[in-house]
Amino acid sequence: METLTEPAVIDQMTPVPFRVRSVREELSHTFTLELEPPNGSFEFLPGQFTMVYAFGIGEVPISISSSTAKPSTILQTIRRTGAVTHALGRLKSGDYVGIRGPYGTPWPMEAIKGRDLLIIGGGIGLAPLRPAIYHAMENRDDYERVVVLYGTRTPDDILFHNELQEWAERTDITTLITVDAADRSWNGAVGVVTRLIGRVGFDPMNTTALVCGPEIMMTVTAERLVEGSSLAPENIYVTMERNMKCAIGLCGHCQFGEKFICTDGAVFPYPEVGGLFDIKGV
Amino acid sequence: MTEQELVVALGKHAFFEGLSDEDLSKLAGAAAEIEFESGTVIFKEGGPADAAFAIISGSVALELGVGGRELIIQTLHDGEMLGWGWLYPPFRWSFSAVAMHPVRMLRFDATSLRAVLDDNCALGYEVMKRFSGVMTSRLAATRLQLVDFYGNAN
Repeated sequence: METLTEPAVIDQMTPVPFRVRSVREELSHTFTLELEPPNGSFEFLPGQFTMVYAFGIGEVPISISSSTAKPSTILQTIRRTGAVTHALGRLKSGDYVGIRGPYGTPWPMEAIKGRDLLIIGGGIGLAPLRPAIYHAMENRDDYERVVVLYGTRTPDDILFHNELQEWAERTDITTLITVDAADRSWNGAVGVVTRLIGRVGFDPMNTTALVCGPEIMMTVTAERLVEGSSLAPENIYVTMERNMKCAIGLCGHCQFGEKFICTDGAVFPYPEVGGLFDIKGV
Repeated sequence: MTEQELVVALGKHAFFEGLSDEDLSKLAGAAAEIEFESGTVIFKEGGPADAAFAIISGSVALELGVGGRELIIQTLHDGEMLGWGWLYPPFRWSFSAVAMHPVRMLRFDATSLRAVLDDNCALGYEVMKRFSGVMTSRLAATRLQLVDFYGNAN
Protein backbone atom coordinates (compact mmCIF):
# COMPACT_ATOMS: atom_id res chain seq x y z
CA MET A 1 0.00 0.00 0.00
CA GLU A 2 1.28 3.44 -0.89
CA THR A 3 1.78 5.98 1.82
CA LEU A 4 2.07 9.72 1.45
CA THR A 5 5.83 9.63 2.12
CA GLU A 6 6.71 7.21 -0.70
CA PRO A 7 8.65 8.83 -3.57
CA ALA A 8 6.03 7.91 -6.19
CA VAL A 9 3.32 9.65 -4.21
CA ILE A 10 5.51 12.68 -3.58
CA ASP A 11 6.16 12.93 -7.33
CA GLN A 12 2.44 12.85 -8.03
CA MET A 13 1.81 15.57 -5.48
CA THR A 14 4.50 17.90 -6.84
CA PRO A 15 3.30 20.48 -9.38
CA VAL A 16 5.43 21.03 -12.48
CA PRO A 17 5.79 24.64 -13.65
CA PHE A 18 4.12 25.31 -17.02
CA ARG A 19 4.64 28.67 -18.71
CA VAL A 20 1.52 30.67 -19.58
CA ARG A 21 1.62 31.53 -23.29
CA SER A 22 -1.64 33.46 -23.28
CA VAL A 23 -4.83 34.10 -21.36
CA ARG A 24 -7.88 34.35 -23.55
CA GLU A 25 -11.17 35.72 -22.27
CA GLU A 26 -13.93 33.45 -23.56
CA LEU A 27 -17.00 34.78 -21.72
CA SER A 28 -17.60 37.31 -18.98
CA HIS A 29 -16.53 34.87 -16.25
CA THR A 30 -14.63 32.29 -18.28
CA PHE A 31 -11.13 32.29 -19.70
CA THR A 32 -8.70 29.85 -21.29
CA LEU A 33 -5.08 29.44 -20.24
CA GLU A 34 -2.74 28.38 -23.03
CA LEU A 35 0.11 26.54 -21.36
CA GLU A 36 3.54 25.44 -22.56
CA PRO A 37 4.77 22.15 -21.07
CA PRO A 38 8.36 22.41 -19.71
CA ASN A 39 9.70 19.60 -21.90
CA GLY A 40 7.65 20.64 -24.94
CA SER A 41 5.04 17.91 -24.73
CA PHE A 42 2.26 16.80 -22.37
CA GLU A 43 0.47 13.57 -23.24
CA PHE A 44 -3.14 13.14 -22.14
CA LEU A 45 -6.40 11.53 -23.25
CA PRO A 46 -9.70 13.28 -24.10
CA GLY A 47 -11.65 13.94 -20.91
CA GLN A 48 -8.71 13.95 -18.50
CA PHE A 49 -8.03 16.82 -16.11
CA THR A 50 -5.08 18.38 -14.34
CA MET A 51 -4.65 20.02 -10.96
CA VAL A 52 -3.77 23.63 -11.72
CA TYR A 53 -1.84 25.42 -8.99
CA ALA A 54 -1.89 29.21 -8.63
CA PHE A 55 1.35 29.61 -6.69
CA GLY A 56 0.75 30.63 -3.12
CA ILE A 57 -3.03 30.51 -3.48
CA GLY A 58 -4.15 26.94 -4.12
CA GLU A 59 -5.03 24.18 -6.57
CA VAL A 60 -8.14 23.43 -8.60
CA PRO A 61 -9.06 20.51 -10.90
CA ILE A 62 -9.59 21.70 -14.46
CA SER A 63 -10.41 19.62 -17.54
CA ILE A 64 -8.10 19.93 -20.50
CA SER A 65 -9.94 21.53 -23.41
CA SER A 66 -7.33 21.17 -26.17
CA SER A 67 -6.56 18.49 -28.74
CA THR A 68 -4.59 15.40 -27.78
CA ALA A 69 -2.96 15.70 -31.21
CA LYS A 70 -1.26 18.93 -30.12
CA PRO A 71 0.59 17.95 -26.93
CA SER A 72 2.84 21.00 -27.10
CA THR A 73 -0.09 23.31 -26.35
CA ILE A 74 -2.34 22.67 -23.38
CA LEU A 75 -5.57 24.62 -23.08
CA GLN A 76 -7.49 24.78 -19.82
CA THR A 77 -10.80 26.60 -19.80
CA ILE A 78 -11.72 27.99 -16.40
CA ARG A 79 -14.64 29.84 -14.86
CA ARG A 80 -13.91 32.41 -12.17
CA THR A 81 -15.68 31.05 -9.11
CA GLY A 82 -13.26 31.43 -6.17
CA ALA A 83 -9.89 32.67 -4.98
CA VAL A 84 -7.81 30.22 -7.03
CA THR A 85 -9.66 30.64 -10.30
CA HIS A 86 -9.68 34.42 -9.91
CA ALA A 87 -5.91 34.30 -9.32
CA LEU A 88 -5.46 32.14 -12.43
CA GLY A 89 -7.52 34.65 -14.37
CA ARG A 90 -5.10 37.42 -13.41
CA LEU A 91 -2.10 35.62 -14.91
CA LYS A 92 -0.28 37.17 -17.86
CA SER A 93 1.76 35.75 -20.72
CA GLY A 94 5.12 34.62 -19.33
CA ASP A 95 3.79 33.78 -15.87
CA TYR A 96 3.86 30.23 -14.55
CA VAL A 97 1.31 27.84 -13.06
CA GLY A 98 1.93 24.49 -11.40
CA ILE A 99 0.43 21.46 -13.12
CA ARG A 100 -0.12 17.96 -11.78
CA GLY A 101 -1.55 15.21 -13.92
CA PRO A 102 -3.09 14.31 -16.24
CA TYR A 103 -5.59 12.50 -14.05
CA GLY A 104 -8.85 10.65 -14.37
CA THR A 105 -10.57 8.33 -16.78
CA PRO A 106 -10.94 9.49 -20.39
CA TRP A 107 -13.90 9.49 -22.72
CA PRO A 108 -13.97 5.93 -24.18
CA MET A 109 -12.86 6.97 -27.64
CA GLU A 110 -11.11 3.65 -28.41
CA ALA A 111 -13.93 1.44 -27.17
CA ILE A 112 -16.58 3.26 -29.21
CA LYS A 113 -14.84 3.20 -32.57
CA GLY A 114 -17.26 2.35 -35.36
CA ARG A 115 -20.25 3.80 -33.51
CA ASP A 116 -22.24 7.00 -33.93
CA LEU A 117 -21.24 9.72 -31.45
CA LEU A 118 -23.81 11.97 -29.84
CA ILE A 119 -21.92 14.63 -27.90
CA ILE A 120 -24.09 16.84 -25.68
CA GLY A 121 -22.70 19.79 -23.73
CA GLY A 122 -24.28 22.39 -21.49
CA GLY A 123 -22.69 25.71 -20.56
CA ILE A 124 -19.00 25.41 -19.76
CA GLY A 125 -19.46 21.62 -19.96
CA LEU A 126 -18.43 21.94 -23.58
CA ALA A 127 -14.80 22.38 -22.47
CA PRO A 128 -14.20 18.79 -21.24
CA LEU A 129 -15.97 17.51 -24.37
CA ARG A 130 -13.87 19.51 -26.83
CA PRO A 131 -10.91 17.08 -26.84
CA ALA A 132 -13.35 14.26 -27.68
CA ILE A 133 -14.83 16.36 -30.51
CA TYR A 134 -11.33 17.14 -31.82
CA HIS A 135 -10.43 13.46 -31.57
CA ALA A 136 -13.52 12.45 -33.56
CA MET A 137 -12.75 15.06 -36.24
CA GLU A 138 -9.05 14.12 -36.40
CA ASN A 139 -9.94 10.43 -36.66
CA ARG A 140 -13.12 10.88 -38.63
CA ASP A 141 -13.04 7.45 -40.27
CA ASP A 142 -13.04 5.76 -36.87
CA TYR A 143 -16.60 6.85 -36.18
CA GLU A 144 -19.86 6.84 -38.05
CA ARG A 145 -22.14 9.82 -37.55
CA VAL A 146 -20.86 12.56 -35.23
CA VAL A 147 -23.42 14.93 -33.71
CA VAL A 148 -22.63 17.82 -31.34
CA LEU A 149 -25.53 19.39 -29.40
CA TYR A 150 -24.82 22.42 -27.25
CA GLY A 151 -27.05 24.44 -24.96
CA THR A 152 -26.44 27.50 -22.86
CA ARG A 153 -28.33 30.43 -21.33
CA THR A 154 -28.08 33.18 -23.95
CA PRO A 155 -26.19 33.84 -27.18
CA ASP A 156 -23.65 35.83 -25.13
CA ASP A 157 -22.93 32.71 -23.06
CA ILE A 158 -21.95 30.47 -25.97
CA LEU A 159 -18.53 29.02 -25.24
CA PHE A 160 -16.12 28.63 -28.20
CA HIS A 161 -18.71 30.43 -30.33
CA ASN A 162 -16.59 30.85 -33.47
CA GLU A 163 -15.47 27.25 -33.34
CA LEU A 164 -19.04 25.99 -32.95
CA GLN A 165 -20.00 28.00 -36.01
CA GLU A 166 -17.11 26.43 -37.94
CA TRP A 167 -18.26 22.97 -36.87
CA ALA A 168 -21.83 23.85 -37.89
CA GLU A 169 -20.56 24.57 -41.41
CA ARG A 170 -18.78 21.23 -41.71
CA THR A 171 -20.56 18.54 -43.67
CA ASP A 172 -18.96 15.59 -41.87
CA ILE A 173 -20.44 16.41 -38.46
CA THR A 174 -23.78 17.83 -37.32
CA THR A 175 -23.68 20.70 -34.82
CA LEU A 176 -26.78 22.29 -33.30
CA ILE A 177 -26.83 25.07 -30.72
CA THR A 178 -29.69 26.23 -28.54
CA VAL A 179 -30.09 28.93 -25.89
CA ASP A 180 -32.64 29.47 -23.12
CA ALA A 181 -33.64 32.95 -24.22
CA ALA A 182 -32.72 35.42 -26.94
CA ASP A 183 -33.88 38.50 -28.77
CA ARG A 184 -34.49 38.78 -32.51
CA SER A 185 -30.79 39.19 -33.29
CA TRP A 186 -30.44 35.45 -32.60
CA ASN A 187 -31.27 33.28 -35.57
CA GLY A 188 -30.89 29.87 -33.94
CA ALA A 189 -32.88 27.56 -31.70
CA VAL A 190 -34.31 28.58 -28.32
CA GLY A 191 -35.15 25.92 -25.73
CA VAL A 192 -33.33 23.46 -23.50
CA VAL A 193 -30.66 21.27 -25.06
CA THR A 194 -32.78 18.12 -24.70
CA ARG A 195 -35.18 19.54 -27.30
CA LEU A 196 -32.40 19.22 -29.87
CA ILE A 197 -32.24 15.46 -29.38
CA GLY A 198 -35.51 14.91 -31.20
CA ARG A 199 -34.23 16.90 -34.18
CA VAL A 200 -31.31 14.55 -34.86
CA GLY A 201 -32.52 11.05 -35.46
CA PHE A 202 -30.03 8.38 -34.43
CA ASP A 203 -29.82 4.63 -34.20
CA PRO A 204 -29.99 3.76 -30.48
CA MET A 205 -28.33 0.41 -31.11
CA ASN A 206 -25.20 1.99 -32.58
CA THR A 207 -24.92 5.27 -30.68
CA THR A 208 -22.82 6.30 -27.72
CA ALA A 209 -23.60 9.59 -25.96
CA LEU A 210 -20.97 11.69 -24.20
CA VAL A 211 -22.62 14.24 -21.91
CA CYS A 212 -21.17 17.04 -19.81
CA GLY A 213 -22.83 19.86 -17.92
CA PRO A 214 -24.35 20.49 -14.50
CA GLU A 215 -25.76 17.39 -12.84
CA ILE A 216 -29.37 18.42 -13.48
CA MET A 217 -28.58 18.86 -17.16
CA MET A 218 -26.85 15.45 -17.34
CA THR A 219 -29.71 13.76 -15.46
CA VAL A 220 -32.43 15.23 -17.65
CA THR A 221 -30.43 14.53 -20.80
CA ALA A 222 -29.75 10.92 -19.84
CA GLU A 223 -33.42 10.36 -18.99
CA ARG A 224 -34.43 11.85 -22.34
CA LEU A 225 -31.96 9.61 -24.18
CA VAL A 226 -33.09 6.47 -22.36
CA GLU A 227 -36.84 7.04 -22.19
CA GLY A 228 -37.37 9.14 -25.29
CA SER A 229 -34.84 7.59 -27.66
CA SER A 230 -34.30 4.05 -26.28
CA LEU A 231 -30.57 4.51 -25.78
CA ALA A 232 -29.19 1.92 -23.35
CA PRO A 233 -27.91 3.61 -20.14
CA GLU A 234 -24.54 1.86 -20.50
CA ASN A 235 -24.06 3.71 -23.79
CA ILE A 236 -24.19 7.06 -22.02
CA TYR A 237 -21.06 8.54 -20.44
CA VAL A 238 -20.97 11.58 -18.16
CA THR A 239 -18.16 13.48 -16.52
CA MET A 240 -18.37 14.56 -12.91
CA GLU A 241 -16.92 17.48 -11.01
CA ARG A 242 -16.23 17.57 -7.29
CA ASN A 243 -13.89 19.59 -5.15
CA MET A 244 -10.63 17.62 -5.33
CA LYS A 245 -7.50 17.88 -3.24
CA CYS A 246 -5.00 15.08 -3.91
CA ALA A 247 -6.45 13.89 -7.26
CA ILE A 248 -4.78 10.50 -6.76
CA GLY A 249 -7.36 8.69 -4.64
CA LEU A 250 -5.79 9.22 -1.24
CA CYS A 251 -7.64 12.01 0.55
CA GLY A 252 -11.27 11.09 -0.15
CA HIS A 253 -12.19 14.73 -0.69
CA CYS A 254 -13.99 13.96 -3.96
CA GLN A 255 -15.82 10.87 -2.76
CA PHE A 256 -19.16 10.42 -4.52
CA GLY A 257 -21.03 7.48 -3.03
CA GLU A 258 -18.60 4.61 -3.25
CA LYS A 259 -16.61 6.30 -6.02
CA PHE A 260 -13.67 8.65 -5.98
CA ILE A 261 -14.22 11.13 -8.79
CA CYS A 262 -10.48 11.66 -9.27
CA THR A 263 -9.49 8.04 -9.89
CA ASP A 264 -12.73 6.18 -10.70
CA GLY A 265 -13.80 9.10 -12.96
CA ALA A 266 -14.11 11.87 -13.79
CA VAL A 267 -15.71 10.17 -16.84
CA PHE A 268 -18.18 7.48 -15.79
CA PRO A 269 -20.64 5.22 -17.56
CA TYR A 270 -23.97 6.75 -16.57
CA PRO A 271 -25.27 3.67 -14.68
CA GLU A 272 -22.34 3.95 -12.24
CA VAL A 273 -23.30 7.41 -11.00
CA GLY A 274 -26.74 8.33 -12.33
CA GLY A 275 -28.56 6.94 -9.30
CA LEU A 276 -26.53 9.18 -6.99
CA PHE A 277 -27.34 12.50 -8.66
CA ASP A 278 -30.54 13.13 -6.74
CA ILE A 279 -29.37 11.95 -3.32
CA LYS A 280 -28.76 14.84 -0.95
CA GLY A 281 -25.37 14.95 0.71
CA VAL A 282 -23.62 12.55 -1.68
CA MET B 1 -52.72 20.71 -52.11
CA THR B 2 -55.63 18.40 -52.90
CA GLU B 3 -57.45 16.76 -50.02
CA GLN B 4 -55.61 13.52 -50.73
CA GLU B 5 -52.28 15.36 -50.68
CA LEU B 6 -53.28 16.93 -47.37
CA VAL B 7 -54.03 13.48 -45.97
CA VAL B 8 -50.60 12.28 -47.06
CA ALA B 9 -48.90 15.38 -45.61
CA LEU B 10 -50.75 14.94 -42.30
CA GLY B 11 -49.81 11.27 -42.17
CA LYS B 12 -46.14 12.18 -42.50
CA HIS B 13 -46.28 14.74 -39.69
CA ALA B 14 -45.01 13.42 -36.35
CA PHE B 15 -48.00 14.76 -34.38
CA PHE B 16 -50.50 12.80 -36.46
CA GLU B 17 -48.45 9.63 -36.79
CA GLY B 18 -50.52 6.48 -36.43
CA LEU B 19 -53.95 8.04 -37.07
CA SER B 20 -56.18 6.17 -39.52
CA ASP B 21 -56.70 7.46 -43.06
CA GLU B 22 -60.32 8.03 -42.14
CA ASP B 23 -59.38 10.31 -39.23
CA LEU B 24 -56.68 12.05 -41.29
CA SER B 25 -59.28 12.68 -43.96
CA LYS B 26 -61.59 14.32 -41.41
CA LEU B 27 -58.77 16.54 -40.18
CA ALA B 28 -57.68 17.36 -43.73
CA GLY B 29 -61.10 18.87 -44.31
CA ALA B 30 -60.17 21.66 -41.90
CA ALA B 31 -56.62 22.12 -43.22
CA ALA B 32 -54.83 24.03 -45.95
CA GLU B 33 -51.19 24.44 -46.84
CA ILE B 34 -49.64 27.81 -46.05
CA GLU B 35 -46.15 29.33 -46.35
CA PHE B 36 -44.53 32.28 -44.59
CA GLU B 37 -41.40 34.19 -45.53
CA SER B 38 -38.66 34.70 -42.99
CA GLY B 39 -39.59 37.46 -40.53
CA THR B 40 -43.33 37.21 -41.08
CA VAL B 41 -45.48 37.58 -37.95
CA ILE B 42 -47.75 34.52 -38.07
CA PHE B 43 -49.86 35.66 -35.13
CA LYS B 44 -49.59 38.25 -32.38
CA GLU B 45 -49.74 37.92 -28.60
CA GLY B 46 -53.29 38.69 -27.45
CA GLY B 47 -54.75 38.28 -30.93
CA PRO B 48 -57.61 35.90 -31.80
CA ALA B 49 -56.47 32.26 -31.84
CA ASP B 50 -58.32 31.29 -34.98
CA ALA B 51 -56.01 28.52 -36.25
CA ALA B 52 -53.72 25.64 -35.37
CA PHE B 53 -50.55 24.95 -37.32
CA ALA B 54 -48.54 21.82 -38.08
CA ILE B 55 -44.99 22.75 -39.12
CA ILE B 56 -43.79 20.81 -42.15
CA SER B 57 -40.49 22.64 -42.64
CA GLY B 58 -38.71 25.70 -41.27
CA SER B 59 -38.53 27.29 -37.83
CA VAL B 60 -40.89 29.49 -35.87
CA ALA B 61 -39.97 31.71 -32.91
CA LEU B 62 -42.42 32.11 -30.03
CA GLU B 63 -42.01 35.61 -28.67
CA LEU B 64 -43.11 37.42 -25.56
CA GLY B 65 -43.16 41.19 -25.27
CA VAL B 66 -41.04 42.12 -22.25
CA GLY B 67 -40.29 45.71 -21.34
CA GLY B 68 -40.83 47.00 -24.83
CA ARG B 69 -38.76 44.37 -26.61
CA GLU B 70 -39.50 40.96 -28.04
CA LEU B 71 -37.90 38.02 -26.22
CA ILE B 72 -37.75 34.64 -27.96
CA ILE B 73 -38.77 32.04 -25.40
CA GLN B 74 -38.82 28.97 -27.63
CA THR B 75 -38.38 27.92 -31.21
CA LEU B 76 -40.43 25.28 -32.96
CA HIS B 77 -39.30 23.22 -35.90
CA ASP B 78 -40.50 20.74 -38.51
CA GLY B 79 -42.66 17.98 -37.07
CA GLU B 80 -43.97 20.17 -34.24
CA MET B 81 -47.35 21.81 -33.60
CA LEU B 82 -47.71 25.56 -33.26
CA GLY B 83 -50.43 27.00 -31.05
CA TRP B 84 -53.12 25.63 -28.75
CA GLY B 85 -54.90 28.89 -27.87
CA TRP B 86 -57.65 27.83 -30.30
CA LEU B 87 -58.59 24.92 -28.01
CA TYR B 88 -60.18 26.82 -25.13
CA PRO B 89 -61.83 30.19 -24.41
CA PRO B 90 -61.10 33.03 -24.69
CA PHE B 91 -59.33 31.79 -27.85
CA ARG B 92 -56.42 34.25 -27.62
CA TRP B 93 -52.73 33.74 -28.34
CA SER B 94 -50.47 33.84 -25.29
CA PHE B 95 -47.40 34.54 -27.41
CA SER B 96 -46.50 35.92 -30.78
CA ALA B 97 -45.15 33.61 -33.49
CA VAL B 98 -42.64 34.76 -36.09
CA ALA B 99 -41.16 32.78 -39.00
CA MET B 100 -37.39 32.57 -38.38
CA HIS B 101 -36.76 30.98 -41.75
CA PRO B 102 -39.16 30.32 -44.62
CA VAL B 103 -41.84 28.11 -43.09
CA ARG B 104 -44.22 25.65 -44.67
CA MET B 105 -47.15 24.56 -42.55
CA LEU B 106 -50.58 23.07 -42.55
CA ARG B 107 -53.07 25.60 -41.17
CA PHE B 108 -56.25 24.31 -39.52
CA ASP B 109 -59.18 26.68 -39.29
CA ALA B 110 -60.01 26.68 -35.56
CA THR B 111 -63.79 26.66 -35.90
CA SER B 112 -63.73 23.81 -38.41
CA LEU B 113 -61.19 21.84 -36.42
CA ARG B 114 -63.14 22.18 -33.18
CA ALA B 115 -66.27 21.03 -35.02
CA VAL B 116 -64.46 17.94 -36.37
CA LEU B 117 -63.17 17.06 -32.92
CA ASP B 118 -66.54 17.73 -31.25
CA ASP B 119 -68.35 15.52 -33.75
CA ASN B 120 -65.82 12.68 -33.55
CA CYS B 121 -65.26 12.09 -29.86
CA ALA B 122 -62.68 9.30 -30.19
CA LEU B 123 -60.61 11.39 -32.57
CA GLY B 124 -61.14 14.46 -30.40
CA TYR B 125 -59.93 12.58 -27.33
CA GLU B 126 -56.90 11.26 -29.22
CA VAL B 127 -55.95 14.73 -30.45
CA MET B 128 -56.46 16.15 -26.94
CA LYS B 129 -54.15 13.46 -25.51
CA ARG B 130 -51.52 14.36 -28.07
CA PHE B 131 -51.84 18.08 -27.33
CA SER B 132 -51.60 17.28 -23.61
CA GLY B 133 -48.31 15.51 -24.32
CA VAL B 134 -47.05 18.54 -26.25
CA MET B 135 -48.11 20.90 -23.46
CA THR B 136 -46.52 18.72 -20.76
CA SER B 137 -43.28 18.44 -22.66
CA ARG B 138 -43.11 22.20 -23.27
CA LEU B 139 -44.01 22.94 -19.64
CA ALA B 140 -41.22 20.61 -18.51
CA ALA B 141 -38.79 22.35 -20.87
CA THR B 142 -39.89 25.75 -19.57
CA ARG B 143 -39.32 24.61 -15.96
CA LEU B 144 -35.79 23.60 -16.90
CA GLN B 145 -35.24 27.01 -18.49
CA LEU B 146 -36.24 28.57 -15.16
CA VAL B 147 -33.66 26.66 -13.11
CA ASP B 148 -29.92 27.12 -13.44
CA PHE B 149 -29.74 24.33 -16.01
CA TYR B 150 -26.29 25.22 -17.33
CA GLY B 151 -24.98 26.83 -14.16
CA ASN B 152 -22.15 25.02 -12.46
CA ALA B 153 -20.26 22.68 -14.73
CA ASN B 154 -16.54 23.15 -15.31
